[in-house]
Amino acid sequence: MSNAPAAEEIPAEEIDLTQANEIIDKFLTLPGNLMPVLQGIQDAYGFVPRPTIDLVAERLNVYPSQIYGVLTFYAQFHLKPRGRYIIRVCVGTACHVQGAERIVETFFGRLGIGHAETTPDLRYTFEKVACLGACGMAPLAMVNDDTFGKMTVQKVDEIVETYNQRPMK
Amino acid sequence: MSDNAAVKILICQGTGGISAGARQVEAEFSRLIAEKGLSATIGKRCDVVKTGCRGLCANDVLVDIITPELGRVTYDFVVPEDVEAIIDEHIIKQEPILKKKAKEYYNTFVDQQMRVVMTGCGQIDPEKLSAYLEEDGFKAIEKCVKEMTPAAVIDEVKKSGLRGRGGGGFPTGMKWSFCAASPGNKKYLICNADEGDPGAFMDRSILEGDPYCIIEGMMIAAYAIGCYAGYVYVRAEYPLAIERLQKALDTCYEKGYLGKNIQGWGFDFDLRIKKGAGAFVCGEETALMASIEGERGMPRPRPPFPAVKGLWGKPTNINNVETFANVRHIINKGSEWYASLGTETTKGTKIFAVTGKVKHTGLVEVPAGMSVRDVIYKVCGGIANNRKFKAVQAGGPSGGCIPSEVLDTPVDYDSLIKAGAMMGSGGLVVMDETTCMVDVARFFLSFTKMESCGKCVPCRIGLKAMLDILERITAGRGEMADIDTLLEMGATIKKASLCGLGQTAPNPILSTVKYFRHEYEAHIIDKRCPSNSCKELLLWRVVPEKCVKCGACLRACPSNAIAWEKGQVAELLQDKCTKCKSCYDACRFMAIE
Repeated sequence: MSNAPAAEEIPAEEIDLTQANEIIDKFLTLPGNLMPVLQGIQDAYGFVPRPTIDLVAERLNVYPSQIYGVLTFYAQFHLKPRGRYIIRVCVGTACHVQGAERIVETFFGRLGIGHAETTPDLRYTFEKVACLGACGMAPLAMVNDDTFGKMTVQKVDEIVETYNQRPMK
Repeated sequence: MSDNAAVKILICQGTGGISAGARQVEAEFSRLIAEKGLSATIGKRCDVVKTGCRGLCANDVLVDIITPELGRVTYDFVVPEDVEAIIDEHIIKQEPILKKKAKEYYNTFVDQQMRVVMTGCGQIDPEKLSAYLEEDGFKAIEKCVKEMTPAAVIDEVKKSGLRGRGGGGFPTGMKWSFCAASPGNKKYLICNADEGDPGAFMDRSILEGDPYCIIEGMMIAAYAIGCYAGYVYVRAEYPLAIERLQKALDTCYEKGYLGKNIQGWGFDFDLRIKKGAGAFVCGEETALMASIEGERGMPRPRPPFPAVKGLWGKPTNINNVETFANVRHIINKGSEWYASLGTETTKGTKIFAVTGKVKHTGLVEVPAGMSVRDVIYKVCGGIANNRKFKAVQAGGPSGGCIPSEVLDTPVDYDSLIKAGAMMGSGGLVVMDETTCMVDVARFFLSFTKMESCGKCVPCRIGLKAMLDILERITAGRGEMADIDTLLEMGATIKKASLCGLGQTAPNPILSTVKYFRHEYEAHIIDKRCPSNSCKELLLWRVVPEKCVKCGACLRACPSNAIAWEKGQVAELLQDKCTKCKSCYDACRFMAIE
């Protein structure tokens, strides 16, 4: 889970639950619907806000603690807001032997954040991930949906430069 | 190919291809074909086909041009700027551009393989049902439903000798018969596409390159076992695979290949995708089922086995992607043909993801029984940068290392286990003399420690304790007693854990201690890392006698710690060095140590 230093919690009253309700409606009758509902909420809000947990608990008739258990078990759920640009560096076996560790450390240095952390301006979230499945291009990094293969420390600078210029919206 | 009069342009668009810029290449082809009125100029139809991965990911973007006159010609490392020349020279003037053509190694890479499961990958458009139907798509399930009883289908699969490709190697036909024999008429079928082993990506490539063959394989299994509902559990890290499979499912429902009374054959089957959420342990079958049910993905004790009591308490059959992909070929070509491939105990072919320090990283499909040496040296071109081979890690975090002494081990389930590794999902990570085996063991353990679900104490606490020891060793603070402690703990964790993760997690350590004990001892006694890898034990310097004054290290260094001028031996400035190893990897002459 993210333990972002300065990313402020958004006050509960500012969360609009309309979308969450629509997502729950869509999966209401499906067996095993907790995960798809939470994945839908995460896609819509970018993370799983606290008020939606209470909503899901009530409407699907499960305990909030059970939902919290699921959310903290899977690496892809997040309880805090995430950056506009999510940088993921693969540290799978193939990337590891091709030097992924120095790519990770260079990102740490350039962004000033560690694994699973978000910059205070909410521009970047950084994550080490296990295998993105493109081992032929190792070492590999991704920013949102863009893939950067055969990474070098120089490319880290280029990527940070490029995305510093990108808009926040 | 059915239409011989047309020109076909095949562009590899797997995850590897796209990250190398395949979409831009495709757009450029389409734009120029329209702009030049190419079809009219050459008087033939001209199709741009996007295909799945064809294996040689390191050389993407790969483009095949098929013309009636010249047959198939492959270009590699294609960028959008090359497209115009390829169209002008090759397609219009009929003169292939020799300079840009894939070199001899591409043919070697392809010729040494035997493609059964991956026949469609890289040849057909994965998003078009018509392309799959042209390749005898859905003929196998039609044959099953119309000509065979469910028992006969199971029998055929049993006779073929197909074993589960997920790693365990359990005979598939046997598994089906257990589930078929379970009482009750509500049964589930699951395809395990939670390919979590770092370094393996064959399942992703099949899903991206030929999704319909998985659907057909599952239909056959469903018919044989008597299931009417199935799930494909795909890990969330594979967005493209999910997108293409979803498209294929939608098309199948639309065209009546899924749903009620499929094609009027009187056979029903419903299939949907279940998206994982990032937990390695969900590749374990009982954890996977817990995850589908919407719970924490923690393994459950067996028995009861899934075939008796699985998803929602119903009999469930679960197979891996590659296993399902084999099924239609067995039905189409017969179990005898399939059983004639491979070795005594392992039939058919196996796909390997060969990565790490080999020349041609990628996916290769070879008959079971080929030696590991041939896979690495004949198919994949040997070790990159003229370095020396040290070991190959087979089977991911559950597997072990195969050193050069046993490199002639054939790739089948039993021989690999005998060598101290395992087939696993089929990842082969090749390591050269610059890879430290202690560090590799530490790496795998940090992975399994992270992914341990926390249910069993030996796995949760034991792996953590072992990792602490390994970290101490790689930092130069190890003691000789540590090696025995590692062995002892490893044995206990293997025995006392519930699921496959804990039972196999110590394997990387046990096998590296077995074959590379001297490296552990070097770290502990001499406080030295023989492979120059563990950075706490290193102080880098340039060896003047070996330096060829090329300046490659300067260009690689991110922190200006190399002083070099043309014609001069490079110098390493210790105060600026961050020990990142960039220069060491960049130097092809081993002049930095």
